[in-house]
Amino acid sequence: MSENLIKPENLVYKKTDAMTDRVLHYCPGCGHGTAHRILAEVIDEMGIQNETIGVAPVGCSVLAYYYFNVDMQEAAHGRAPAVATGIKRVFPEKYVFTYQGDGDLAAIGTAETLHACNRGENILIVFINNGIYGMTGGQMAPTTLAGMKSSTSPFGRDIKTMGSPLKMTELVAQLPGTYFVTRQAVHKPGNVRKTKRAIKKAMEYQKLNKGTCFVEIVSNCPSNWKMTPVQSNKWMEENMFPYYPLGDIKVPEEK
Amino acid sequence: MKELRLMKGNEALAEAAIRAGADAYFGYPITPQSEVIEYLMANRPEDRTGMVVLQAESEIAAINMVYGAAGCGKKAITTSSSPGISLKQEGLSYIAGAELPCVVANVVRGGPGLGTIQPSQSDYFQSVKGGGHGDYKLIVLAPNSVQEIVDFTRLAFELAFKYRNPVMIQSDGIIGQMMEKVELFEQIPRVEPDYDWATLGRKNGKPATFITSLQLQAEEQEKVNLRLQAKYREVEKNEVRYETYKCDDAEYLLTAFGSCARITRKAMEMARDKGYKVGLLRPQTLYPFPVDAFNKLAEQVKGILSVEMNAGQMIEDVKLAVNGKTKVEHFGRFGGMIPSPDEILNALEQKIIGG
Ligand SMILES: Cc1ncc(C[n+]2csc(CCOP(=O)(O)OP(=O)(O)O)c2C)c(N)n1
Ligand code: SF4
Ligand SMILES: [Mg+2]
Repeated sequence: MSENLIKPENLVYKKTDAMTDRVLHYCPGCGHGTAHRILAEVIDEMGIQNETIGVAPVGCSVLAYYYFNVDMQEAAHGRAPAVATGIKRVFPEKYVFTYQGDGDLAAIGTAETLHACNRGENILIVFINNGIYGMTGGQMAPTTLAGMKSSTSPFGRDIKTMGSPLKMTELVAQLPGTYFVTRQAVHKPGNVRKTKRAIKKAMEYQKLNKGTCFVEIVSNCPSNWKMTPVQSNKWMEENMFPYYPLGDIKVPEEK
Repeated sequence: MKELRLMKGNEALAEAAIRAGADAYFGYPITPQSEVIEYLMANRPEDRTGMVVLQAESEIAAINMVYGAAGCGKKAITTSSSPGISLKQEGLSYIAGAELPCVVANVVRGGPGLGTIQPSQSDYFQSVKGGGHGDYKLIVLAPNSVQEIVDFTRLAFELAFKYRNPVMIQSDGIIGQMMEKVELFEQIPRVEPDYDWATLGRKNGKPATFITSLQLQAEEQEKVNLRLQAKYREVEKNEVRYETYKCDDAEYLLTAFGSCARITRKAMEMARDKGYKVGLLRPQTLYPFPVDAFNKLAEQVKGILSVEMNAGQMIEDVKLAVNGKTKVEHFGRFGGMIPSPDEILNALEQKIIGG
């Protein structure tokens, strides 16, 4: 109705159709909401709402199926790439994506992630790396930075006993099964635009059946990092980006 | 047209899955059931029916691939043996919670731990009493021949979709490995799923569909549990299957399932030759359990011997069913050992007839 009042040339913001009207449960300033939104926009712009099946993880985004207005399945913790494999193998013509946190994808689901990528499943994996277990209250993740405090590394991550932060994205880029691997962020408008372009490319590549597309989004968790949203973004730029540098890691060769 | 073949149980299971119109098989090798995936890979079901076959990186991955395919309304199956079935319990719990249809076969071997590759029935509790977390049930079919492997594979898919529930075929190393004559049913065509609960891609104008086993509110989770329980009562009402042999005049009852029931039947005949009036009740469904049949026979017989290739698992359900009306004893060999008819007859004489 209101749309009729606004001339197309004056329209600056429109709710994307690929998201429902549910109120997001994410904390203020959390990157999850932005990441949802741009993935939904891509689905909307490509007009593939009816051909997309998503897989939600266990983590803060466990309820992603409430927010994406596409058919979704909720997987057990870490199993999303296996669930997505099951979906894609029986529906090869559908667009299939998983949306997973770092605990889900890089700890409990490491095997499922590596093997889905190694088989080159023609799916999109969106990987939200916030360096922490958000949902369960801020425990150490495989991606938690050296020295970074969490509720299970209260004196900071000691890499001698707790291992080093895992660069899952660099790892999967090594596998012949991956086609497009990139690391992005969503904390600034410029990064949002880049991430959206990356997700769009990844979705489009899915039609080529050339292998897994993997988009990491380095993100924040203001609640468990115990910072304001603004502080968390600054901390992320200063501490996360040097270890997890943004940019494409594996791009398809130009023909 | 009927087709007769001489087949191993595991191969027959694979062939029956193709013919039942299965859309997808996901599995991981383990003795004594690797022939299932080997047969499928060699028989190119993708060319015969379009069925997908994939060797997963683990049993955990395999059952979650089944979850994904089943969530799309497709007929999905996985098979394994005991240690691998343990790994599938998480997935089975999620599948039961999300009310998805699927078929899982356990070609049971002896445990605990890595145990032995020899046949066993020691996973009865795991199959029948839950295995994974939460209040859920698998429908559990217990074939005792290669023929029943074939018939139950087809039946398993029917029941899975009728109740939107995982169905377990509880085979064992004997049935999986032995060769028998088997009559195969004709190819059932694969069907394009059209269920409102499945993720098929959103239909224009309709709200999106989602598959989940999560309820954040206790009130909502209780509703799910009540719905599941109501479904299980329906299953108990409609799907009990069992066979009886010579029970009409029986004074003593033997009971056994699967391969063990064949040996026990021989023991029953030997007992009859000796002049004892012995019958045999063979549950074909372990869940739902033939409670009424046991209950009725309990009024007639002086005792029941539950013969199992385990340390005494089904006997608990027999005792619950007869509710103290008659004596119930157990005889078992385990760890991969198979009881002989003589041993069973001896146990019957010692524990039931003489005891
Ligand atoms: C098998 C299993 N183990 C543990 C948990 C508890 N758990 C839920 S979410 C989670 C970690 C989530 O962290 P991450 O994947 O990084 O997602 P985030 O919340 O940070 O977005 C854990 C350990 C679970 N649900 N299931
Ligand atoms: S806990 Fe962290 S990751 Fe989860 S919604 Fe809040 S800010 Fe986001
Ligand atoms: Mg996280």
